[in-house]
Amino acid sequence: MKIKGRAWNYGDDVNTDYIVPGIYLELTDPVEIGKHAMEGMDPEFSKKVRRGDVVVGGRNFGLGSSREHAPIALKAAGVGAVVAESFARIYYRNSFNLGLPALECPGVSRLIKTGDAVEIDLEAGTIRVNDAETIKIKPVPEFMQSILDAGGLREYIKLNRENW
Amino acid sequence: MSTISEKILAEHSGHREVTPGEIVKAEIDFAFMPDLTAALAFYAMRDMGISRVWDPRKVCILLDHIAPATNVTNASLQKECREISRDQGLSHFYDINEGVCHQVIPERGHVYPGMVLVGADSHTCTHGAFGAFATGIGSTDMGAAIGTGKLWFKVPETINVNVEGSLQSRVASKDVILRTAKELGADGATYCAVEFTGSTIDEMSVGARMTLCNMAVELGGKTGIVAPDDKTTRFLKGRVRHPYRPVHSDRDALYSRTVEIDGSGLEPQVACPHSVDNVRPVAEVAGTAVNQVFIGSCTNGRLEDLEAAAEMMKGKRVHRDTRVIVTPASFEVYEAANQRGLIKAFMDAGAIVCNPSCSVCFGGNHGILAAGEVSLSTSNRNFRGRQGSKESQVYLCSPATAAASAVTGVITDPREA
Repeated sequence: MKIKGRAWNYGDDVNTDYIVPGIYLELTDPVEIGKHAMEGMDPEFSKKVRRGDVVVGGRNFGLGSSREHAPIALKAAGVGAVVAESFARIYYRNSFNLGLPALECPGVSRLIKTGDAVEIDLEAGTIRVNDAETIKIKPVPEFMQSILDAGGLREYIKLNRENW
Repeated sequence: MSTISEKILAEHSGHREVTPGEIVKAEIDFAFMPDLTAALAFYAMRDMGISRVWDPRKVCILLDHIAPATNVTNASLQKECREISRDQGLSHFYDINEGVCHQVIPERGHVYPGMVLVGADSHTCTHGAFGAFATGIGSTDMGAAIGTGKLWFKVPETINVNVEGSLQSRVASKDVILRTAKELGADGATYCAVEFTGSTIDEMSVGARMTLCNMAVELGGKTGIVAPDDKTTRFLKGRVRHPYRPVHSDRDALYSRTVEIDGSGLEPQVACPHSVDNVRPVAEVAGTAVNQVFIGSCTNGRLEDLEAAAEMMKGKRVHRDTRVIVTPASFEVYEAANQRGLIKAFMDAGAIVCNPSCSVCFGGNHGILAAGEVSLSTSNRNFRGRQGSKESQVYLCSPATAAASAVTGVITDPREA
């Protein structure tokens, strides 16, 4: 699977309040939630982002609340993957459960800047930046990969109901 | 040589022993969802091809984040939660009059030592204070949990936070956990269980231990945990009907890290904007003017918190430039506070007392801050814009510090009030 788009780098400690502020937690429609993606940091993000774009973070991306609204918003807004130095654990699970790759990549927030053209090759575990440099992604844990391959936890459970 | 968390996960996944890093599928003993995440969990369950919850006695919805409803959108969401609860035949449903999920769940006897408890709210780690393995999950994980009664976990490593000595007067468990946040950082316990031990913890009430475990997630933790003791048993007596067996860490249990905190020498602490680990002793920020003080939340809205606050405010008036919002964490707390005269003390001092709910904490209910305003809050997060405008600031502290500051209008050391 390849993900190709532009990068949006938001640095360290992108918390779930920044990804979707608390006032929108009353929403349940992904399309509506997606209109508020990254609103806590960049209110125009949902208008600027294009399908396949990649959000880049530094340390502890997705810290804070368990709100699944955060990865729902990014996915609905068109984000193809999030790449960060590290992820907070609830966000990390939520993202894979929705089929949105959350990829760990040491140093990424210094190596990719907003506007860079990026192409992620999930099988090869690499990110190609501006068609020049190639960065290695940490391998996705086997179990998370199987959820991702199924298209998310909903589909995974449908396929593996008897072994769950 | 296992920790409490490892033993609980082993027992619930049919293993004799588990090791950190291992992935296990564990049986769930109880699952609860607050208003803002419940509907999404049921949509997820439906999408998995499952129409009924695995056990309606072990699944519960609570309406707490926005209570009562503030607009048609959240009123409709609450209506949907009531309908889901009725259609699924859930044995337990707590409406807008009951309070914050993390206070109501143990009060109503749903938490006991040795259990696996999941909640669709990050502060579910609070319940580790009762020796349970309790963790917050998202709505899709919750859909799997309520649909199948099982969920996968990566067995966490355990960090031991050992706190020794008697806390000074007007220094509280909130100060201990803020000091711990400074030590470990906001990602210092990522994917770890945080087990609190030491004489300071032994001396603490169950409520004070809940404050500690509540904020384990602010360090990145999967859960906070305290070994159950006589105090735990006393709290649970008359509440819990389910039989339980307390679980303790072995003496030779392996911890990935041990952090020592000097309890007796600890001063009141404040987490400064805009991160929970930006912690300083109150003396360093004393004198900072505050527009709003919030006393409440799943972190610090219990009876003992309101008592500590009332002690500072009794017979005094809140500062004329500072508005003060007190929100008991549950109906039980509200009623007890009323009987003890605490509500009257707050009213006489000029504070607003709100109905039990998540209230000001998460910025989606009431008590929203304008640009340039400063909030001093007993809750658990101070991210930029958390309680309103992106140009506002939130400081976190204990109930005593909050109440002492409510009277002076500036951040104040409660030991000097």
